[in-house]
Amino acid sequence: MGSTITEKILAHHAGVEKVTSGELITARVDLALANDVTAPLAIEAFRKMGAERVFDPRKVALLPDHFAPARDIAAAENCALMRRFAREQGIVHYYEVGKVGIEHVLVPEQGLVLPGDLVVGADSHTCTYGALGAFSTGVGSTDLAMAWALGEIWLRVPKTLKFVYKGRLRPWVGGKDLILYTIGKIGVDGALYRAMEFSGPVVEELSMDARFTMANMAIEAGAKNGIFHVDDVTREWLKGRAEREYLEFSSDPDAEYERVYEFDVSELEPQVALPHLPSNVKPVTEVGEVEVDQVVIGSCTNGRLEDMEVAWRILKGKKVHPRVRLLVFPGSQEIIREMASRGWLESLVEAGAVISPPTCGPCLGGHMGVLAAGERAVSTTNRNFVGRMGHRDSEVYLAGPAVAAATAVLGRIAHPEEVA
Amino acid sequence: MEFRTVLEGRAWRYGANVDTDVIIPARYLTSYDPAELGKHCLEDLDPDFASRVRPGDMVVAEENFGSGSSREHAPLALKGCGVSCVIASSFARIFYRNAINVGLPILECPEAVADIRTGDPLRVDLERGTIENLRTGRTFQSTPFPESVRNIIEAGGLVEYVRRKLKEGSK
Repeated sequence: MGSTITEKILAHHAGVEKVTSGELITARVDLALANDVTAPLAIEAFRKMGAERVFDPRKVALLPDHFAPARDIAAAENCALMRRFAREQGIVHYYEVGKVGIEHVLVPEQGLVLPGDLVVGADSHTCTYGALGAFSTGVGSTDLAMAWALGEIWLRVPKTLKFVYKGRLRPWVGGKDLILYTIGKIGVDGALYRAMEFSGPVVEELSMDARFTMANMAIEAGAKNGIFHVDDVTREWLKGRAEREYLEFSSDPDAEYERVYEFDVSELEPQVALPHLPSNVKPVTEVGEVEVDQVVIGSCTNGRLEDMEVAWRILKGKKVHPRVRLLVFPGSQEIIREMASRGWLESLVEAGAVISPPTCGPCLGGHMGVLAAGERAVSTTNRNFVGRMGHRDSEVYLAGPAVAAATAVLGRIAHPEEVA
Repeated sequence: MEFRTVLEGRAWRYGANVDTDVIIPARYLTSYDPAELGKHCLEDLDPDFASRVRPGDMVVAEENFGSGSSREHAPLALKGCGVSCVIASSFARIFYRNAINVGLPILECPEAVADIRTGDPLRVDLERGTIENLRTGRTFQSTPFPESVRNIIEAGGLVEYVRRKLKEGSK
C-alpha cells in the first residue's frame, strides 16, 4: 500500500520511512508562526515551560495582523509584548506595521513556506499553505510554544479524503465557489481530523491564489490540513520567492484514502454560504432577494491580487449602491502597491470603496467594519458564525469576490453577470 | 492532579457546532486573563450564561464543539467562568488539543449528551471517564483518551511535558 502526500511529508519530518493514519508522531517543524492574538499566550506558555531560546530564530514568524494597527491600548500592549519577544529572541521574520500583511497572504508571498515543509501556526487558517504542497495546520498557543521550545510538535497522522474536481468552470466561478460547494456537500465536520487532498483537472487549471483560497477553508470542514500537489503553476509562482531548496512529495497511485469524492463542476454557479454556517451553501441564483448593508472584499481567504482583480473588473466605472458600505482589505502591502500601480485602487475608490490596511480586523468583528444589530454583510471571508463580524443579531453571507462586488453595486446579493 | 477528581455540577445544554466565536467573541481577545474572558463566555449564544453559571457547572453540547478559530482563549474563558468540564458528542480538533493543554477536562460521549437537559445535576469521574445524570439515574462511559493525550495528561500537562524534555536535553 502506498502513501498520500500528507503521509509522506509527515514521515519525512518524523524521520521515518513511512507513517500510517492513526499513528502518533513527533515531527520536526520548519516554521512556527503566531499573531498578536495568539502570541501573548504562546510567550507566556514558553516562559512557563522554562524555555529560554526559540529552537531557531529563522523558523519563527510573528505577525501583528489581527488588532493592528492597534485598535486600543490592550491591543497595543499585546503588539508591544510580541515586539519585545521578537527582539529578545532575534526573530528574523517579525513584521512591523508597514511591512506586515494578513499572515496567510504574507507568509507565502515572502517565500517562508515551500513545498514539503511542515508548518504550525497559532491561527486556524494556517492550513492555507497546503496550497504549496506543504503540510500546514493550525494549533493553539501552548502547542505553538512547544514548537518554539523544541522545534517539534506531536501529531496524529490523519486519514485522507480525496476530492476530485472534473469538468470546466463557468465564468465568474473560482476557488471560493469550489470550496464553499465542497463544504456544503460534506458539512462543517465532514473532514474532522482528516486531510483534504484537492485534485483533478479543474484544480490543475487553478491559479495559486485560487488554491490558497481552497486550502484556507479546509478548517471550515473541520480538517487538519488541506493539500495540493506541486505542479508547474506552483513552480512558476515560487520563482523569485523560494530562496532555498524544497522537496516535492506526491501521493502514490495506490495510496489509501478514507473516501474519494468526485464532483463534476461544469454547471456550478457562484456559491453563497448563508448564515450561520459555512456549510449552509446555495447557488447564488437560489438565494433570493437579500439586501445588504455592507460588502467586505479581502482577508486571508480572498485578499490576494487575483481577488482584487475580479473585484476591480466588476466595479470599475460603476458606483457602490448608496445603501452599501464597501470595504476592501487587500492582504499585503505588496498587493496594495500593485493595485496602485495598475490603477485599480483609483477605480475602486471612485466606485465608492474604502480601502483598509492589511488586517484581519473586519473578518472577525475585531475592528474596522463591525456590524450593528440587524445589519447584513456579504463577505469574501471564511466564517459566518453568529456574531462573527459584530453584533449577535447581524448576519454574514460568504461568497467569492465576484458575487461580493456585484452585490456592492446592486445592494442585494447578485450574480456577477447582472452587472458585468 | 486535576484529571483525577470527581466533579459535580449542573448541566448547561447546547446544540451542535458551538464555535469558538460564540464561546468567546473575538472582540474580547485583547485579553488573555481567564477571569476577564469568563465574563463574556458564550455571550453570543446565551447572554445569561456568564452571569448565571456557578463554579463546577458543566457545558454539554452536541457534535463539533469548539469549531472554528484556534484561540486558546476559548477553553480559558470556560475555565475562567467556573465551568468544570465540557461533555460533547464530538469536539473540533484544535479545541480538543487546546482544552487538554490548558487543563480543561473534556469528555466525548454522545449517549450522555442525548440524556442530559439543562439544569440536570451531573457527576463526572474523570479517572474512570464516567458521566452520571443524577436526574435520570443513568451512567455513561465516555470515549477513552487516545495515547497522545494520555501521555500529556500523565506528564501533568503540555507545559510540564515540555519542561521535562528541555531539562533532559540540557543534561
